[in-house]
Amino acid sequence: MEVRVVNVRKEFERFPALHDVSLDIKSGELIALLGPSGSGKTTLLRLIAGLERPTKGAIFFGEEDASQKSIQERNVGFVFQHYALFRHMTVADNIGFGLKVRHGAARPSGQEIRRRALELLDLVQLSGLEKRYPAQLSGGQRQRVALARAMAIEPKVLLLDEPFGALDAQVRRELRRWLREIHDRTGHTTVFVTHDQEEALELADRVVVMSQGRIEQVGTADDIYDTPNSPFVYSFIGESSSLPVKVENGEVWIADRPIGLEAPHAPSGEAILYFRPHDVDLLDGCSGCIAGTVAASRRVAGTRRVELEIGGERQRVEIELPIDHPAAQKSRVAFRPRRWKLFPTA
Amino acid sequence: MADPEIKSYEPHHESRSAAVTESRPVRITLTTVTLVFLGIFLLLPLIIVFKEAFAKGVGAYFQSLGDADTRSAIRLTLLVAAISVPLNLVFGLSAAWAIAKFEFKGKAFLTTLIDLPFSVSPVISGLVYVLLFGAQGLLGEWLKAHGIQILFAVPGIVLATVFVTFPFVARELIPLMQEQGNGDEEAALSLGASGWQAFWYVTLPNVKWGLLYGVLLCNARAMGEFGAVSVVSGHIRGLTNTMPLHVEILYNEYNAVGAFAVASLLAGLALVTLVLKTLLEMRYGAEIAATRGH
Repeated sequence: MEVRVVNVRKEFERFPALHDVSLDIKSGELIALLGPSGSGKTTLLRLIAGLERPTKGAIFFGEEDASQKSIQERNVGFVFQHYALFRHMTVADNIGFGLKVRHGAARPSGQEIRRRALELLDLVQLSGLEKRYPAQLSGGQRQRVALARAMAIEPKVLLLDEPFGALDAQVRRELRRWLREIHDRTGHTTVFVTHDQEEALELADRVVVMSQGRIEQVGTADDIYDTPNSPFVYSFIGESSSLPVKVENGEVWIADRPIGLEAPHAPSGEAILYFRPHDVDLLDGCSGCIAGTVAASRRVAGTRRVELEIGGERQRVEIELPIDHPAAQKSRVAFRPRRWKLFPTA
Repeated sequence: MADPEIKSYEPHHESRSAAVTESRPVRITLTTVTLVFLGIFLLLPLIIVFKEAFAKGVGAYFQSLGDADTRSAIRLTLLVAAISVPLNLVFGLSAAWAIAKFEFKGKAFLTTLIDLPFSVSPVISGLVYVLLFGAQGLLGEWLKAHGIQILFAVPGIVLATVFVTFPFVARELIPLMQEQGNGDEEAALSLGASGWQAFWYVTLPNVKWGLLYGVLLCNARAMGEFGAVSVVSGHIRGLTNTMPLHVEILYNEYNAVGAFAVASLLAGLALVTLVLKTLLEMRYGAEIAATRGH
């Protein structure tokens, strides 16, 4: 099912949580909503589910305007961060709940409900646990039951709110791979919320980066990482270093020296230069480069992080060096970013 | 919800560190003080109630319970409890539901209001009904014109009892429901359940033990209430006397056996409530803890 979010605005007691957000989700896609807390990602998910109503705008499921429908009519599978399993029901009853509450002819027989519950339990690899109560399961198992319960109603869209947020790192990585497999097998259009960029980049077909109630960028993991389109995305995704610079006649300057970077299309004036600490060329001499005094040096896993003090204004930037690089022993290091981007200062 | 592990409730006397353990004499003193206190203020009165009730033998005990006025008092008390407890079950559930699950203006005020019957003297609450429904009261004329008798009759006693016992169910449920939040209900709705189904299949089972506990306490108080009922009842023997009022009348008439026989029934009710509560906690302790915790 294709989902379109069109110019949606959401206010909570006149405090805007989402400003004019639009998003197209293709049928069968696995989409991550990624952002820091307070960025509006969970609000957007709850709006799609129908747990909240938009202040303005509309949400379409296919051609239908879903924003006019109640949550029951939307037929979405929602998985909650803390599972929200019904604690007084067995695992099988939890999974069958969505079928049991149906009315009239839409409601399968008790036997059929049970058969479907066991089938789904098999899909989430928990066969044999149907008689357990949620309190008797581990966190990871509970989350699988929650997913099976959401899938039992054959939802048009599967929505997951920080599905792995409450689990420890190892279980999280395991479930991540498992969710991808389930998605590829069942083909549900799936949207999940996360604040973990590794999770988003690894798992999703496309990532929606959000900040302060707005969508900053939508793209594949490669798009987001290699060509961030705003200072926020540059600093939020992966490691980044930044330096205040000046652009004059298509050349980038720091203080009174050009640093050898050409920016023919950039407007002249103050700007900020962003680059990845590991994506730099180290230089020997320095005519047209960034040079700085080594202020601190740290060993991080397989590389060495060097903090440099640049120019008279004592700006600090971080770059990454190979462990055995001679530059690490020196007191001055010169480099030029390989890939970089300029954002004019507002 | 925060703790994913199953909690165990075994006592950990062995593992308690020496730093928090008092010396032997101190422990013995503290335990003795508690036991003596409980003995003098709780156990002794209870024993005296039964001793006085059976002072003239078992025959006299049952004879005084068989008295027509006494039987009528017992019937009235049961009737009042049978009306006011279900009413407060519904009121308490709706109030707790509204306060715990929704945000609205005046919520804090409503929460305070629910506590009012606890903070006001029962006599005052009785007097309020007299001022409202009495012959010279606000609605007195109108009620009289329509032939409706509230004061000095069963409706007045029920109203006073409902008022006094209102907080029990609500107070028991509000913290429980607040702690459980809306997550389970949202899950039920997203799975297609109607509001009523979500309530019946999810909310109610989640609070059933708290609810039962609240109902037990509410019932004990409804049967035992004296002050408010005393003001509105009019003490008409055989008609508007509840058990606690009847105890007072019998006692004032120097009918000690009769007074303590009825009192023993009330004390028995308290004991039964206690035993029920303990049994519930023993039988369903883990489940009660589970609906409260995780």
